[in-house]
Amino acid sequence: MDNIITAKDLTKNFKDILAVDKISFSVKQGEIFGFLGPNGAGKSTTIKMLTTLLNPTSGEISMNGFSPVLNPDKVRKIFGIVFQDPSLDDDLTAYENMELHGVLYSVPKNILKQRIEQLLNIVELNDRRNDVVKHFSGGMKRRLEIARGLLHHPKILFLDEPTLGLDPQTRNHIWDYIKELNKSESITVFFTTHYMEEADRIANRVVVIDHGKIVAQGTPSELKKQTGTKSLEDAFIAVTERDIRSEESSNLDMMRIRRKMFRR
Amino acid sequence: MKTIYILWKRQLIKYFRSKSRIIGSLGQPLLFLIALGFGFGPIYVKAGGGNYIQFLAPGIIAMSILFSSIFSGIEIIWDRQFGFLKETLVAPVSRFKIMIGRTLGGATVALLQGTIVLVITLFVGFRSNLMLLPFAFIFMALISMLFTALGTAIASMLEDMQGFQLIMNFLIMPIFFLSGALFPLQGLPKAISIITLINPLTYGVDGLRGTLANLSSFGLFNDFAVLTIIAVVLLWVGSYLFSKIQV
Repeated sequence: MDNIITAKDLTKNFKDILAVDKISFSVKQGEIFGFLGPNGAGKSTTIKMLTTLLNPTSGEISMNGFSPVLNPDKVRKIFGIVFQDPSLDDDLTAYENMELHGVLYSVPKNILKQRIEQLLNIVELNDRRNDVVKHFSGGMKRRLEIARGLLHHPKILFLDEPTLGLDPQTRNHIWDYIKELNKSESITVFFTTHYMEEADRIANRVVVIDHGKIVAQGTPSELKKQTGTKSLEDAFIAVTERDIRSEESSNLDMMRIRRKMFRR
Repeated sequence: MKTIYILWKRQLIKYFRSKSRIIGSLGQPLLFLIALGFGFGPIYVKAGGGNYIQFLAPGIIAMSILFSSIFSGIEIIWDRQFGFLKETLVAPVSRFKIMIGRTLGGATVALLQGTIVLVITLFVGFRSNLMLLPFAFIFMALISMLFTALGTAIASMLEDMQGFQLIMNFLIMPIFFLSGALFPLQGLPKAISIITLINPLTYGVDGLRGTLANLSSFGLFNDFAVLTIIAVVLLWVGSYLFSKIQV
């Protein structure tokens, strides 16, 4: 199978912080790809570079053959994204948020209405479709964002911690739908998560990144074999091992990086 | 086209949903109109200027459009902080269209706000020349576009609301006070006179005063030309800066 995403020596500096340090990886067409790492490892920064929101300091990216830096509009057409932090318009209703997204991605009008309804049903928000998002709970907003990200059936779907803060029922629901889409439309899925059990169950292949560098990659079972562990969670901890002190300082790094990205 | 339309519609929906914003932003022009209009009215008559409300009302309409436009542009900062901006920036539509849609939406809101203030001035005693009303709307629309584009350009460079106070006090307030909205521009000290002449709002106020109260001093055509040129330039600058945003 062909690679739909390739990154070569990808690097991003934020002034004095090296957020992503010369990473190279590739994702195959139709694959479900887990991008794992502790907080502040550089996951979101990498996703932002792949999705045209940030320009890399150095290195190369190819998204379906196009560079996000040189051909951002071509790249934007082929992916959908669910961001880690909310990106809904709080003053609009659930339906209006969906509709706006559909228009931005030029989903044909006759398909749009039906698909919005179908997706809102999957995330169990169809009865709240005409409520302003401001009044939604955190979990409801999350569900709406996922529905929105799936609306235009993209070639590549980026999910940055999509199931954070959701109950197991909804999580299963959403993953089932995503797996179904992955099969029926051969959508490539690129996701990050902190639930290792989820990654183990869903990902065909994972990459583990820490301190901006790739520390392991392969199928979940390969990773377990390499580290001699029973679960992906143990394997994850084995490759990203660090004591509590460095964990603390890394949290600080994360806050700094987040703040920087926030301010950009 | 559909992109521009949906983003324009979004601004209007947001405007009509925030009743408190509509009413709140009418408070300031109303206060200026009543306090200054009736307060300085007698002195203005003594100085031989005639009816002050007649002079002031177009200035207050321009003021409400100025503030409303700038705030619409500045909304980009809110969208950035609440994340919605990212949703539009990763979409496969040109940033130019996004910027135009937003600007038209913001300008329409400002125009509505200006129209409400125009109606209010009529109640306070402003006697308008209704024959030229369509031309007055053209000037109101131009002022709206110009300053929404300016707001967009500024907001594209600001990262959070902290810089906003600076912009407010060192740019927006001077634009308002030194535009001839409150006092005639004749006989000012040289330095201040120059500032008023490079201030785009001066021509907006003059155009409105010319169409609504027959009091233009530069000539309507000149006002129109200056405003159009500056609006086009600011739209261009605004879309350039907007296209360079990284989140």
